[in-house]
Amino acid sequence: MGEMEQMKKEAETLKTQIEAARKAANDTDMASAASGVAPAPRVQLKTRKTLKGHLAKIYAMHWSTDNRLMVSASQDGKLLIWDSHSGNKVNAVPLKSSWVMTCAYAPSGNLVASGGLDNMCTVYNLKTPVIKTVKELDAHTGYLSCTRFLSDTEILTASGDTTCALWDLETGKQKTVFLNHVGDCMCLSLSPDMNSFVSGACDSLAKLWDIRDGQCKQTFQGHTSDINAISFFPSGNAIITGSDDCACKMYDLRADQEVICYQDAALNSGVTSLALSLSGRLIFAGYDDFNCNIWDSLKGEKVGVLSGHDNRVSCTGVPPDGMCVCTGSWDSFLKIWN
Amino acid sequence: MSNNSAGGLVSLQKSVKQLRFEAGIRRIKVSQAAADLKTFCLQNAHKDPLLMGVPSSDNPFRPPKSCALF
Repeated sequence: MGEMEQMKKEAETLKTQIEAARKAANDTDMASAASGVAPAPRVQLKTRKTLKGHLAKIYAMHWSTDNRLMVSASQDGKLLIWDSHSGNKVNAVPLKSSWVMTCAYAPSGNLVASGGLDNMCTVYNLKTPVIKTVKELDAHTGYLSCTRFLSDTEILTASGDTTCALWDLETGKQKTVFLNHVGDCMCLSLSPDMNSFVSGACDSLAKLWDIRDGQCKQTFQGHTSDINAISFFPSGNAIITGSDDCACKMYDLRADQEVICYQDAALNSGVTSLALSLSGRLIFAGYDDFNCNIWDSLKGEKVGVLSGHDNRVSCTGVPPDGMCVCTGSWDSFLKIWN
Repeated sequence: MSNNSAGGLVSLQKSVKQLRFEAGIRRIKVSQAAADLKTFCLQNAHKDPLLMGVPSSDNPFRPPKSCALF
């Protein structure tokens, strides 16, 4: 038992050391540093398109890199591929399991993926004459909460089994498993340089991982409940998280700590999803209270709201060219705003 | 939580190893981090359609207005 006691003591010492190092670096906060910055203009976006077609709650959506097509997933058991300019449905992919929680578009536009309570990530080829299932990635022992393609040959998954994984799409096997969370992994976001990713989990922590060696490089605490949404800031040096504790937070990677918190006493609904505008200045955060609030990322102030859904906003996404924001809801509709 | 002592020890060893790694990273001051984030936002602001507004003529999501000939 002596060794366990020693290890526990060392763990406590290290935690204290980390806190002290963070405190030493904490010479200001983001809002104070941005006090001289002109406020973001009052953002009033209008619904330009309402995409109707799903017959049940929408759980996820993801933009294609062409800034025009997008995929959405609903518990009506379908993935729909939309042309956002015309509002038309381009493809419908029937799912083996209707309990879908996530979907993703490959950067090439050739593939889409989905997964959920079936614990699997299924990859489909959109370019064959008839849409084909190309792989069923089956190794997680918990639900699939989020997935993102690195390319047509590699994909990342986050799971309720508390792990994330990098898969080889040619073999269908896991190349790397990312182990460190102690709660269900709920979301992930790839870094702009694709060398790392961040995950958010029900243990209220966000973690930064090296994609190649599987190492957890940094852990970010501060939230007091499940982290449901996470995104890299476009510079690659910070991340934004959204949680069931009703707040969003920005953590800077190089300072290794929270630099600003986005919350409002009047807001007592959990954050379900988030997306950033092109420059990172605006954060679009979807909440359980049916709204999507727009935050000034530098000043921490609410600068707008997207109201229009009749149920929880479950997913948000901004295309790579930043031309609009899409919200998806349990009301079965997707809305495009700009 | 009931772990047999061997399982508990291995888990603790992993935690300590991870904490040692995280304790060893280099950190910059928040003031420097914040300045860089601020600079990034301001330098890219003019390219950000949602911040700047999208003129209706260039908005792919808006139906084109009918042409009027004067």
